[in-house]
Amino acid sequence: MATLEIRDLHVNVLTDDAPKEILRGVDLTIAGNETHAIMGPNGSGKSTLAYSLAGHPKYQVTSGTVTLDGEDVLAMTVDERARAGLFLAMQYPVEVPGVSTSNFLRTAATAVRGQAPAIRTWVKEVNAAMADLEIDPVFSERSVNEGFSGGEKKRHEILQLALLKPKIAVLDETDSGLDVDALRIVSDGVNRYKAASAEAGEAVGIMLITHYTRILRYITPDRVHVFAGGRVVESGGPELAEELETNGYVRFTGVGAGA
Amino acid sequence: MATGALDLEAGTQSGQPTGQHGLTAHSHGGEGLASQHPGERQSPGTQVRSGVAADHPVTTGKEEAWRFTPLRRLRGLHDDAPLDGVPLTVSATAPDGVTVSELTGAAAREIRGVSGYLPTERVEARAFESAPRSVLVDVPAQTELTEPVRIALVGQAGEAATANHLLIRIGAQATAQVVLTSTGSATLTDIVEIVVGEGAHATVAVLGEWSSDTVAVSRHHIQVGRDATVKHVALAFGGDLTRLYTSVDYTGPGGDAELLGLYFADEGQHLEHRLMVRHTAPHCRSNVLYKGALQGKSAHTVWVGDVAIERTAEGTDTYELNRNLLLTRGARADSVPNLEIETGEIVGAGHASATGRFDDEQLFYLLSRGIPEATARRLVVRGFFGEVLQRIGVPVLVERATEIIEQELAVTGA
Repeated sequence: MATLEIRDLHVNVLTDDAPKEILRGVDLTIAGNETHAIMGPNGSGKSTLAYSLAGHPKYQVTSGTVTLDGEDVLAMTVDERARAGLFLAMQYPVEVPGVSTSNFLRTAATAVRGQAPAIRTWVKEVNAAMADLEIDPVFSERSVNEGFSGGEKKRHEILQLALLKPKIAVLDETDSGLDVDALRIVSDGVNRYKAASAEAGEAVGIMLITHYTRILRYITPDRVHVFAGGRVVESGGPELAEELETNGYVRFTGVGAGA
Repeated sequence: MATGALDLEAGTQSGQPTGQHGLTAHSHGGEGLASQHPGERQSPGTQVRSGVAADHPVTTGKEEAWRFTPLRRLRGLHDDAPLDGVPLTVSATAPDGVTVSELTGAAAREIRGVSGYLPTERVEARAFESAPRSVLVDVPAQTELTEPVRIALVGQAGEAATANHLLIRIGAQATAQVVLTSTGSATLTDIVEIVVGEGAHATVAVLGEWSSDTVAVSRHHIQVGRDATVKHVALAFGGDLTRLYTSVDYTGPGGDAELLGLYFADEGQHLEHRLMVRHTAPHCRSNVLYKGALQGKSAHTVWVGDVAIERTAEGTDTYELNRNLLLTRGARADSVPNLEIETGEIVGAGHASATGRFDDEQLFYLLSRGIPEATARRLVVRGFFGEVLQRIGVPVLVERATEIIEQELAVTGA
């Protein structure tokens, strides 16, 4: 079972002016078959954590370590991280004009699996995964994310989760902007992949980054972490999410934060 | 623009891509009447049309038609640089029934202008009057070719300028493909006249694989016969500076012209394409699709597409599209579609232009799915050019173009 270990991670974001420190000593361990919800107010650094793990060039790690099963993730290029089993479902998936979704999915699967999937089983696999997420088959021939609605983009991210079969999945505000139906479809997709990966003996570890507790009604977390000021300030079980639902983040951002 | 105004022009440049995904598009339906003169250079009746160089003023660079071209790199082609360099060598592979001949003297002079073409620029007139010979490719009426006619032009002269003239004549009801390839080193002004007879189906494709020091200013003129179908393909990869001005006239109703182009500019290269499709006959079609990729510092491409629908051209159906993909910073793509409509009785008229960047976020997205950088870049560029390549219809040319694009991508170090 995979383990992602984040130790004392400090990250600067590169801006036009001076670099600005966003992450200030993140400690977090996510093992396979566990779902960790990372909750925090806007601007607390949740997305920076997600992008830093994926290796976005805008974010600069100044100290700390990240390992996946003991391997140094920070030493890997962006594509190496993905091939090592790390997946980031993005909050704002990028449009790639001219590249068809089907070609993109197959190229990505080929890269991650180390060989091209056999055509016949691949087509079946893609069609089944698209049907699960209620994605219209016409999307295969459309350019990646081009002209997709917000909900379609999010479903497309979860489609990639199902096809690329990562060991650790980071879902960055996958719930934001979704209506109830889309939220259910996307959540079902995540749960389905989690179950399938467990069945295959390589249960996925999930880092679910969210601002709201709403998605936690569909995806049950094992652990909940409150993120504020660039680090984890409190950890607990699902009951912590309930407290946030009732009281909001004020205890962590207002007077008495860090107390 | 000479007359400016109206919303019929869309220009995009590297500094401000029109959004990665958006096209600026305008459609002009059958109702209403719009009129714009795309520029005095190409308004019939106002420009000088003459095969005598002395009748044309020396180009200054202030003319609308030359405002994007760096004249100082033309080695005097537009002025009076002697055209005494070694001529291009010409070799032909032609199926049975096709004749390819080299004509000089009076015989050469006799065929110049038979497409209805007369030079509209000094640089063209210099080739028209002084090209050391004319090459004639003759496909007789009702000939149906299954293999392309292949003409290889090889530059020999480097810095010393030369001129060339080529006439491709596709007879009535014939079906033929003609592929011209240009390689070697040259300073060249050349003219290609293409006459497509009634009901013929013709493809004429040019593949520019000039060496990196070449300067070539080319004019193609296509005369589309009644009910004829013509596909003109311009593929530009090589050279220091190449400029191709392609014009199309229709001699009767039912003509159909498809103008395809694909270009890939590297560091320091200037690749320019200009088009003028003049609809005078009723019920004719034209469709223009040009796509270009640019990489490297000071890579510069220019695309100017003019379509004029004159009062007599009822039932015209036309569309033109140019898209450019900036692969690196420091490259610049100019794109200007122009449409002039003098009759409302048309089927359709539209144009679109867009310049986008293969940006860091797109690259990151593909990388984050495990796709290695070189593969990611290929994926994007292949997808981009695929639309043009699929429509060329000359397998040997598509194969070669694909190879060159792969090599170009290797240059990026991707």
